[in-house]
Amino acid sequence: MAQNNVLAALHTSAEFDVERIRADFPILSIEVEGKPLVYLDNAASSQMPQQVIDRLVHYQTAQHANINRAVHYLSEVATDEYEKARHKIQQFVNAREQREIIFTSGTTDSINLVMHGYGRRFIQAGDEIILTTLEHHSNIVPWQMLAKEKGAVIRVVPINDAGELDIDAYEKLFNERTKFVGLIHVSNALGTINPVKQMIDYAHQHNVPVLIDGAQAAPHIPIDVQALDCDFYAFSAHKLCGPTGVGMLYGKASLLEAMQPFKGGGDMIASVTFEKTTYADIPHKFEAGTPPIAAVIGFGAAVDYLCSIGMDQIAAHETKLLHYATERINAIKGARILGTAAEKTAVISFVLDGVHPHDIGTILSQDGIAVRTGHHCAQPVMQRYNVPATSRASFAFYNDLSEVDVLIEGIQNVQKIFL
Amino acid sequence: MSTKSLYQEVILDHNRKPRNYGTLEHASHKAVGHNPLCGDHLDITLQLKDDHINQIAFHGESCAICKASASMMTTAVKGKTRSDAETLIQEFREMTLGELDLESPHHLGRLTVFSGIRDLPTRVKCAILPWHTLHAALNDLTDVSTEATNDPVQNISENASDSV
Ligand SMILES: Cc1ncc(COP(=O)(O)O)c(C=O)c1O
Repeated sequence: MAQNNVLAALHTSAEFDVERIRADFPILSIEVEGKPLVYLDNAASSQMPQQVIDRLVHYQTAQHANINRAVHYLSEVATDEYEKARHKIQQFVNAREQREIIFTSGTTDSINLVMHGYGRRFIQAGDEIILTTLEHHSNIVPWQMLAKEKGAVIRVVPINDAGELDIDAYEKLFNERTKFVGLIHVSNALGTINPVKQMIDYAHQHNVPVLIDGAQAAPHIPIDVQALDCDFYAFSAHKLCGPTGVGMLYGKASLLEAMQPFKGGGDMIASVTFEKTTYADIPHKFEAGTPPIAAVIGFGAAVDYLCSIGMDQIAAHETKLLHYATERINAIKGARILGTAAEKTAVISFVLDGVHPHDIGTILSQDGIAVRTGHHCAQPVMQRYNVPATSRASFAFYNDLSEVDVLIEGIQNVQKIFL
Repeated sequence: MSTKSLYQEVILDHNRKPRNYGTLEHASHKAVGHNPLCGDHLDITLQLKDDHINQIAFHGESCAICKASASMMTTAVKGKTRSDAETLIQEFREMTLGELDLESPHHLGRLTVFSGIRDLPTRVKCAILPWHTLHAALNDLTDVSTEATNDPVQNISENASDSV
């Protein structure tokens, strides 16, 4: 038995062939300024494999019509493919039911849906909402808007120097006024993986629902919403090899049913008269108007693609990249990595003595290297470290170790220019 | 354009040793400029006497392009009249947006080291920030931002064309 496991493990690790995977991504073979592209801005948006591109082309070539509306052939095909994508996403996050998956335009839209549908209905003056220092602006601003409208209060979980949440402080924030927790699963600015399971359990002991912003988790680690027992989970397709303009919101069916719709219009109703409108059941109640059908189907294809590789394999390869890149950047004199949590995805935010991140980004781009520079829509994190901005290299499973070497040479070149 | 030609020695030198760096205590005009996209900010203080920029200083937190642009700007406008400064602001702006014919007569002199920035649209704002902060100071607008609802860069062109 034990031997079988080892054999299985050997078998699967032999299967992870980064060269073969890279060949799936046409964009990875372009040149930038005469140099091969080294794409290390995956946390902002990832690239798309041929399989997903082909799926979009096939849909647009042979399957397109509006969904849920007509009895003709194409409308039935498109509706069927659209709902199949919902099923794929349901399986990807292990939701109990398909109707618990709502298609949105992205993480930001998903969070706004919860703020309007849940927050505006259930949060009152004086209530408290717990967020963390690590949140992306998209999980801060909607709650601030709600707090302002309702007279609610936002409480913030601090982080330590490594970029890890202070769990003691989190638990101490709870009181009888606590009504909601918004929690980032993986920090986009630092890569910290938060102990969300433990934090959800604690919130539930106080009967407080928890929304997880999984934008940076879903592309990198396996997600199981039933095991987490989160109340809401959100992420975007474009960060996991899918198209832009689409994302998902998982919500427990009982909560989604109790919520008010976010947007009104076609496709979200059961019946309409000028006296009274009855809303459709979930998930359609939250999908007003014609959705980005092609993008949703592409989202499904992206999830298929990731599953064909295996999320565990993806996580293992990316961890290798993280360790190697961390070691090499730490060895550069004058470089400092921000975010050194024990549990991290392959995101490395760094600063260089005497060089502004924007200059780093421009000079690296000259070497074909794409990194993100700026505050990463996480200004509270920047304030915590007392820097205006960082440079961020964020890896995907299609990056390889030689690209880390190119990054290191690029950083050394920046230092030479600014000597 | 190659960044090698943007990050030229002149720019690196002004970044390392910015001229007129600091804050004037008795400024007649001042303004703060922000670039919220990168968190950069700088302030400009100046002393206007008989319509001439007698003294000028800048201070702030920014990238090399912005700092060198500010440093070279202060040396370029010191001693100039307000309207000469506005002409320079206008020409510098047009140059960075690729709208200035560098072959035709202009007043930019060594500031043309920034001409390559027109090929890096994301960095144009870094180079322009000091200039529109100067424009704000000269026109008693105390606070400008590269991301304001009224595009300050746009305002420069409108206001500057009034004054040139
Ligand atoms: C952690 C996190 N949350 C939310 C978002 C917002 O995602 P989107 O812009 O796709 O709505 C991002 C991405 O920018 C992110 O990294």
